[in-house]
Amino acid sequence: MTAFAPPARPGPPPAATREARGGVLPWLAVPALVIFVGFGVIPLLGVLFLSFTSWDGLGEIHLSGLTSWRAVLADPGLPHALWVTFLVMAASWAFQTPASILIGVFLAGRQRYRAVLAVLFFIPLLLSQAAIAIAYKALLDPNFGLGAGLHIDLLSQDWLGRPVLAFSTVIFVVSWQFIPFHSLIYQGGVRQIPRSMYEAAEIDGAGRVRKFFSITLPQLKYTIITSSTLMVVGSLTFFDLIFVLTAGGPGDATRVLALDMYKRGFQANLMGPASAIAVILVLVGLALALLLRRLGGRNPGASQLEGA
Amino acid sequence: MGVPLGAALAACGGTAGPGSTSGSGGGAKATYWYLSVQPQEGVRTRAVERFNKANPGGTITGTPFQNDAYKTKIKTAIGAGQAPTIIWGWGGGTLRTYVQAGQVEDLTSWFDQNAAVKDRLFPSSFGAATIDGKIYAMPCETVQPIVLFYNKTAFEKIGAEPPTSWGDIMDLVPKFNKAGIAPFSLGGQSRWTNMMWLEFLLDRIGGTEVFQAVFDGKKDAWSHPAVLDMLTKVQDLVKAGGFIKGFSSITADSNADQALLYTGKAAMMLHGTWTYGGMSQDGGDFVPGGHLGYMNFPPVEGGKGDPSNTVGNPGQYLSISSKATPEQKEIAKKFFATGVLTDQEGKEWVETGGVPIVKGSDAAWAGSKDADFLNFVYGIASNAKVFAQSWDQALSPTAAEVLLDNIAKLFQLSITPQQWVDNMNAVIGQ
Repeated sequence: MTAFAPPARPGPPPAATREARGGVLPWLAVPALVIFVGFGVIPLLGVLFLSFTSWDGLGEIHLSGLTSWRAVLADPGLPHALWVTFLVMAASWAFQTPASILIGVFLAGRQRYRAVLAVLFFIPLLLSQAAIAIAYKALLDPNFGLGAGLHIDLLSQDWLGRPVLAFSTVIFVVSWQFIPFHSLIYQGGVRQIPRSMYEAAEIDGAGRVRKFFSITLPQLKYTIITSSTLMVVGSLTFFDLIFVLTAGGPGDATRVLALDMYKRGFQANLMGPASAIAVILVLVGLALALLLRRLGGRNPGASQLEGA
Repeated sequence: MGVPLGAALAACGGTAGPGSTSGSGGGAKATYWYLSVQPQEGVRTRAVERFNKANPGGTITGTPFQNDAYKTKIKTAIGAGQAPTIIWGWGGGTLRTYVQAGQVEDLTSWFDQNAAVKDRLFPSSFGAATIDGKIYAMPCETVQPIVLFYNKTAFEKIGAEPPTSWGDIMDLVPKFNKAGIAPFSLGGQSRWTNMMWLEFLLDRIGGTEVFQAVFDGKKDAWSHPAVLDMLTKVQDLVKAGGFIKGFSSITADSNADQALLYTGKAAMMLHGTWTYGGMSQDGGDFVPGGHLGYMNFPPVEGGKGDPSNTVGNPGQYLSISSKATPEQKEIAKKFFATGVLTDQEGKEWVETGGVPIVKGSDAAWAGSKDADFLNFVYGIASNAKVFAQSWDQALSPTAAEVLLDNIAKLFQLSITPQQWVDNMNAVIGQ
């Protein structure tokens, strides 16, 4: 705003404007910084501190060195929870990505009925995870659910009571909710692809499938990376949906790291070990985000747009 | 070494929390959190409303929460110094953690001064309120043993009699399964529902000493042979198809387990007596029509336990937060003395099918439609040689979480009885 000072006012000389710009702009970052430090960095440091203590959430906090870390790392529950988390991440990525790309490409068309469908597809994203979980739990109830109500044997499985089925159900419900979001990202990505590329391909006689694999998919590379990063890092923190749907069960078949942390901290009153798991979660998340950036190639700033 | 950070955090929370909104003059308000789900919720709400009407100068604001959510919520609130003035609970191990953290008021001297308040309640209800010889909670509401409910219509359908022993139970399982009726309803996702089976079987097989040794923190107390026997029997029942299909994804909070019994999809259900109110309210003709049967858990052949023993909640408990203001504490004490278990509240508990923990409360249900059930519960509660507290409430939250976790895995058949014993021995005394 300082760059466009009204000419009627006796404005300061240009050099001063540049100075003012240098002085004011950093201040604009302050609100974001304050919020980030207040709600991101400080709690993170608090958790790091708590992971070296023993605390039951009620009384005094006692420093206990590495006791919590030893307890967590020696517990066979940790590798199991890590494995389940990894499976959730991999399975939900593998299921959501192709589906989102296809829906995104479909929705990128400008036809009116596609716009209507886009609005409908978007609805699951507007619902709260807890509400979705409660609704699915009622629908999937083996005795009072959809299958029992409609007398369809295929549907009256013990969806949430068998380890593999419960895991698959969780992946399905998660995907049902988040595919609309990723479709939206892909829709935007597809619309960015220059029309001329397709025209050139058409002249060369490329069909619909060939155009998809030779133009759309390669051009979506960075969109795929963005969407995958969101999916992978986001799946680390899946909690409410799984908590309401299966509570980590049956047994510990769907107990992801975030759920394991909650159970230790708030149900077993072991805030120290729970904080240690939280630190592990942060580290895993950071490592994954960095890894995905690396996968994006050496020059993530490179533009894909024509003429650039 | 202690770091006073927890206390400091708690203290700053207290000044901002809902616990300290005391107005100057006559407008003081105390807060009270309790359990939701009708019909019990209504009784609690009306008790507060009556008290507020009688005491406009110092009222109580009540907030209801769902059972399993409440257990977490109250713990977090107390830890953050945001506890309500009146803390509803189950006593036992959880109350002990509050006491150790100095979060609840010692009520021993108050009960000495107000002996009349204490003397009218069941003496057995004070056990779970007493920590190291001092009373930290006011017992309230009803006595809730766990009993074996059954659907009489289901038994008529297969022409069988209710079980009188563990052998009978195992014999009934294939018969019911053949008729397309699940032998037992179970809300297995809640986990403590599975635990009730272990509590009774262990008591019937080995007597009360076995769990007492665990409670006392004796090393390797779970290695008692009765424990392995009990765990094997539980898994045998699961393997035989004793529980309803999908039990591990059913929650008790939704009352779906009760619905299975009164809709006749399941023949029997081991559950707390508090479910009677829900079944009479939601079950249509089931309870009024006399289709609901009930009995104490049957003995196990060759077992050492006394078949009169029972397990469950000897009462519910109200504590006062030590972070509350003096005015709030006064309101809470006044509520304990004049608002809790009044004759009217007792009558309302009786209407829900509950037995209030007030001496001579059996007079209150003469002629009631639920008199048979109430007499049955009163009989169990007063005749039990030992009325044990539910394990997850008696143990510390840390040990209880490991217990519940391993019980869920046991029912899932994902661990063997021996692994269960080893896992549990590792956390004894925590």
